Amino acid sequence: MRTIELTVNDRVHKLDVKENDILLDVLRKKLNLTGAKEGCGEGECGACTVIMDGEAVTSCLILAVEADGSEIETIEGQSIGEEISDIQEAFIEENAIQCGFCTPGMVMTTKALLDENPNPSDEEIDIALSGNICRCTGYYSIRDAVKSAAEKKGGNK
Amino acid sequence: MTEEMIGKSVKRVKALEKVTGNATFVHDMEVQGMLHAKMKLSPHAHAKIVNIDTSEAERLPGVWSVLTGKDLPYKVGLYLVDKDILAVDKVRYQGEPVAAVAAETEEIASKAIELIEVEYEELDYVLDVKEAAKEDAPLVHEDLDELERAPVFFPKEGTNIAHHTKIRKGDIGQGFKEADYIIENEFELPMVDHTAMETHTSIAQWLPGKKVKIWSSAQSPFAVRNLLANGLSLNHQDIEVNVPYVGGGFGGKAGIHFEPLVTCLSRASEGRPVKIVMSRMEEFNSVPVRQGLYSKLKTGVTKDGDIVAQETEFLWDSGANADYGVNVTRAAATAGAGPYEIDNVKLDSKTVYTNKIFGTAYRGFGHLEILWAVERQMDLIADELGMSPYEFRMKNALRRGSETITGEHIGESHGKITECLEAVADEIGFDDRSSDDLAENEKRGKGIALLHKAPAMPTNTGTAAFLKFNENGTVDLTLSLVDYGQGTYTALAQIVADQLDMPIDKINVVWEQNTQMQPYDWQTVASKGLFMSGNATIKACEDMKRQMKEVASQPLRASVEDLIIEDEKVKIRHHKDQYVTFEELAMGYTYPNGNGIGGPLVARGNYIAQGLSDIDPETGQGHPALDWTYGAHAVEVIVNEETGEFRVEKIASAFDLGKVINKKNVIGQIQGGVIQGYGSAVMEHYQFSDEGRLLTNTFTDYKVPTIADIPELKPILIENAQKDGPYGARGVAEHPMISVPPAVANAVQDAIGIKLKEMPVIPEKVYELIEENKDN
Repeated sequence: MRTIELTVNDRVHKLDVKENDILLDVLRKKLNLTGAKEGCGEGECGACTVIMDGEAVTSCLILAVEADGSEIETIEGQSIGEEISDIQEAFIEENAIQCGFCTPGMVMTTKALLDENPNPSDEEIDIALSGNICRCTGYYSIRDAVKSAAEKKGGNK
Repeated sequence: MTEEMIGKSVKRVKALEKVTGNATFVHDMEVQGMLHAKMKLSPHAHAKIVNIDTSEAERLPGVWSVLTGKDLPYKVGLYLVDKDILAVDKVRYQGEPVAAVAAETEEIASKAIELIEVEYEELDYVLDVKEAAKEDAPLVHEDLDELERAPVFFPKEGTNIAHHTKIRKGDIGQGFKEADYIIENEFELPMVDHTAMETHTSIAQWLPGKKVKIWSSAQSPFAVRNLLANGLSLNHQDIEVNVPYVGGGFGGKAGIHFEPLVTCLSRASEGRPVKIVMSRMEEFNSVPVRQGLYSKLKTGVTKDGDIVAQETEFLWDSGANADYGVNVTRAAATAGAGPYEIDNVKLDSKTVYTNKIFGTAYRGFGHLEILWAVERQMDLIADELGMSPYEFRMKNALRRGSETITGEHIGESHGKITECLEAVADEIGFDDRSSDDLAENEKRGKGIALLHKAPAMPTNTGTAAFLKFNENGTVDLTLSLVDYGQGTYTALAQIVADQLDMPIDKINVVWEQNTQMQPYDWQTVASKGLFMSGNATIKACEDMKRQMKEVASQPLRASVEDLIIEDEKVKIRHHKDQYVTFEELAMGYTYPNGNGIGGPLVARGNYIAQGLSDIDPETGQGHPALDWTYGAHAVEVIVNEETGEFRVEKIASAFDLGKVINKKNVIGQIQGGVIQGYGSAVMEHYQFSDEGRLLTNTFTDYKVPTIADIPELKPILIENAQKDGPYGARGVAEHPMISVPPAVANAVQDAIGIKLKEMPVIPEKVYELIEENKDN
């Protein structure tokens, strides 16, 4: 067991974790943040994506002890009550959601992309999101949502 | 009037919950005191179980129960009840569960699984469907006569044939005599996986008095209840099945899966709730897939391009169980000539057991598979005749006055496939083969493929819906059709809003399903959801309107016939300033003096499929189709004629869906379906070792399309009304993925002349055929 400190959605947590605990499990089971999902457990599908120190990461491949001291953003930190982010608004407006299982990961990958590149081209969007699998939408509406979110944030002029 | 509802792109129901991470899937659920289950899987394709030693596992602290097949003398299934919960006496595929453990943590459960020792004696196995269909093949099931089955299926004892559907129309011998050309080809396609993003997940709690409470990522709560009751000899009313948010299904979560296993584990663990979550690798290895298919088509055509006869053999690679596979075989056979009018048809469709993971429903229910063969055959024939594939299809396509191979007459209420064909050919510029913009060795090709499908369901399939008013004049719609991403609930909310003339934000479709609270629905499958639940919902709205008018007629002092529903009010038709509001009626109308009449408003509607009949076992004649949805794809491809590499530039897809209820959602459904079909077309396939071990059991080895893979797509919506559909609508959930593969292969043939007969269409195969052509 080791004690680690995680800042998750601006809230500081001191947690006792085992050396082999996975970040995704700690978020879901210890902190009850179940928005991030396990779709494959091997970093291939992106359903577990969270932002760690500014970078989109697949949290199923990160040991909790590796995340010690880091700042983490999850889907739960993207909205306050009824107030949702521009990206979330764009996903709803563009109908970029069907079953919803991949959606939290998609939103977090999009946030990391737009934080770094507020005005991405189609190709840049595709590269950023190519690690997030969606089996429902065929991705067209997701691409539209990313573009629309960029516009809302003042990019994509 | 409130605003026009039908056809409008109303925002998806529950989008806010999903986009904020608040949607709770079974994946996310924990029940007080919950244990975790893991399974021991067979490493062999076919082996006798000599002994299972569970003693070490049972002694491990934290283990509550260990079960093997000997503890579970039950068969479970829907159509042909051939599934063991855990393998009994022998294993029939690599990945088959042989033992299971419930323990306090997943870690302990996994450790216990490692401690279970299974002794096997390997048996002869059969992996190839053509081999398996032979008389002397190793038998996958020895007890076919003893299995329970729906009366429309006919397993053949002493063989691997689990079912045989026959279609006979006209005189096949005479038909071939009239032909100028007879063209024969064989086609194949492999098993593929649904890969819903939420893997199969179930929780069960065994309760005193042989009661069970279940939470499951299931498409069909009532099917789970029914099959569990039948399989474990429980009472229906004692089983409560809950279905919250479901992370995709595509047919893979239809019927019943791991619910019986966790029920038995909970029973063996003193009623502690037990949860099982498939890992992605288990999802690939141990959860059913889309069947493979071998097809042989022999077609007779005249020199003018009339198809006069077709003889077809379909051998379905159902894997080790055929519970659901038999119905795929049957349903696809009834559409087995494709959307063409052929006077003389002999078609044999057989479900064949092999020692592989078994098949189930998958979006399209056999139609992607058969239309791979039929739509490739059409282009191979057109090539032989020197005729345009477009003209050849146009000449033979079903149209009003045509008779299908089961004897159904195409009439006023059917859609028009010829309009779909025209629309996609026009959109893709089918006659334009300009090549100025191409690099060296690149060739442009264009391909077309048609599709048709009707729901595959029992002839008496039924559904129901409840409506109730809340105190503030809002309405709850309750039904047990599940919305696992299709968007049906949004369309149903629009229907209620339109029928009751209310704003959409006052309609709540109750999301989470519970078999004790919701009225019956057979299953959420077959693209019948909007059609049947839409009709049931309209009937519930009519019931509600009638009740409201009856109550309102008293204070309004007007007869029911003189009342209308408008703007959330019941009004006197010719004196619209005299009305009662819905809110005033919701809990019963109250007169100024305090007298109450009516009571809380509750309404109901139901719908049962009408006019359908089972097909004749010898001739296949009958009326199994609720509604046919027609469609067409056109594909533009650029192929390198030296390397075999290709890129799909554009897909145009048209569907005659009768009536659009929600435009954005239907386009989303088409985009998702076409890309799923595109995955089948160009990348997805199960590959097995010679010993029958699955080699493609991770997303690293089993590729599905990503955002970086998708070509330009143009969806086209055609609306020729279905007379008995809600507002004229017919289903279009499965159809977008059907016939994408042959459209791609037809375009490749058009570009460089090679004749693909095996799916998926991958550059290696294209290259091989290029080289073969050079050798010839």
